[in-house]
Amino acid sequence: MRCLSFRQIVRAIPRYALLLITPLAVALPAAGQDTPLISGAVGFLSGTNKGPTSFDPTIMPLVAFPITRRFLFENRDSLLETVNPRLGGQSDQTKLHENVTYMQMDYFAMSHATLVAGKFLTPFNTYNERLGPIWIGNFQDGPLIFPIGNNGSTGTGGELRGSLYSGSKLSIDYVSYVSANVTGTQFTSSRAAGGRAGVYFPALRLEIGGSHGHVFEGTHRDASGFYVWWQPGGGPVSIKSEYAHGTHSQGYWIETGYRLSQFKGPDSAIGRLEPLFRMQQAFRNSPDATDGLPSADTQRADFGLDYFLPHEVRINASYSRLFSSTGNGNIWKTGLIYRFLFPAWPGKK
Amino acid sequence: MRLQALIATGILECCCLLSSAQTTGSSHATAQPSAPRAVAGNPPQQNDVGELKFQQNCNRCHNAPEELSRRISGTVVLHMRARASLSAADERAILHYLAP
Repeated sequence: MRCLSFRQIVRAIPRYALLLITPLAVALPAAGQDTPLISGAVGFLSGTNKGPTSFDPTIMPLVAFPITRRFLFENRDSLLETVNPRLGGQSDQTKLHENVTYMQMDYFAMSHATLVAGKFLTPFNTYNERLGPIWIGNFQDGPLIFPIGNNGSTGTGGELRGSLYSGSKLSIDYVSYVSANVTGTQFTSSRAAGGRAGVYFPALRLEIGGSHGHVFEGTHRDASGFYVWWQPGGGPVSIKSEYAHGTHSQGYWIETGYRLSQFKGPDSAIGRLEPLFRMQQAFRNSPDATDGLPSADTQRADFGLDYFLPHEVRINASYSRLFSSTGNGNIWKTGLIYRFLFPAWPGKK
Repeated sequence: MRLQALIATGILECCCLLSSAQTTGSSHATAQPSAPRAVAGNPPQQNDVGELKFQQNCNRCHNAPEELSRRISGTVVLHMRARASLSAADERAILHYLAP
């Protein structure tokens, strides 16, 4: 019998997962509220970064498929077409980027512990797991310090996560992970381990937490960080911030948004508007051409506007000014995003 | 090789089908008596807790969806239990709020 290589096994996983899911699809609709769902967003994004403009139509579908109340299969993908218009009658330059953002099986082992296996988002600070989807994040660009601790944004391996304590005065959540060295096209990951823990104070609407990660490949790298999220009085203002420190650089970002919902309610013409501001700085401590961070100290101020239209449509626009010894610049972004969420198949009402 | 793999997959599918049917049945048997007790016993408080948990956990990152089909409410909350590291009790409270 022929032995399969690791790459063949990895390639076969989605095919066999589909084969397993198909018959379960027939069995599961009996479970009332547990019909599998398709969610995600379609967006038409455009950006002008220090001169050149690109148009980026994108779709980010997400599938959540419960297999009993103990197991959940989750998969999010990203299909992004980059269109770079060219002058002089030349045809536009286009490129399709396909990416399995994550594909994982969750096992709800206990009330306070969930085991995850597969390709998962690296749980370092908050941006990657919480603000990455285009239907959630306020700015199209991730923060400058995103590469610190996120190991390329995913890992292939396992996680142990859950809520350690959840009460009326505070709740504590945690995530720990290990990932293996994998070189498959869609499942590339580094040998790494790390985790995150956070404390949330419901009365104050304040969350603070910290993260640590270690990469065990080549020259071992450490990354650590902390984050603070605050929604004063549970009102329309939100403040999110992160600090991260890596082997060769460090930095922070702080973002604030103010939904104008107190002006005639959240569904009024002006109440649908949310002005945004984000300030970020990245500091280069020592040179490293491979860490994905700016090669010199960089400051960036982002000014944005979100407009929430009915039917889950959002328009966003932002202007950013970049200051760096390698060159200052202006970055403009606009986007039209539609968020969808529906059952995977029709059924009885 | 392909034939072997197909046969193995077929057997695995049958096993999964049977086990899921059994588990679905048993989970219904345990869930049905407790859910009506909770709703009939103290529905406003249940919903208050669920609403509070929803605002605290879900609204921290995103706005609530405008419409949510009852058929997927359980899946949405299960998905968020994994994403937002919710406890089982919080998951139940939010589910009661979304689909009382």
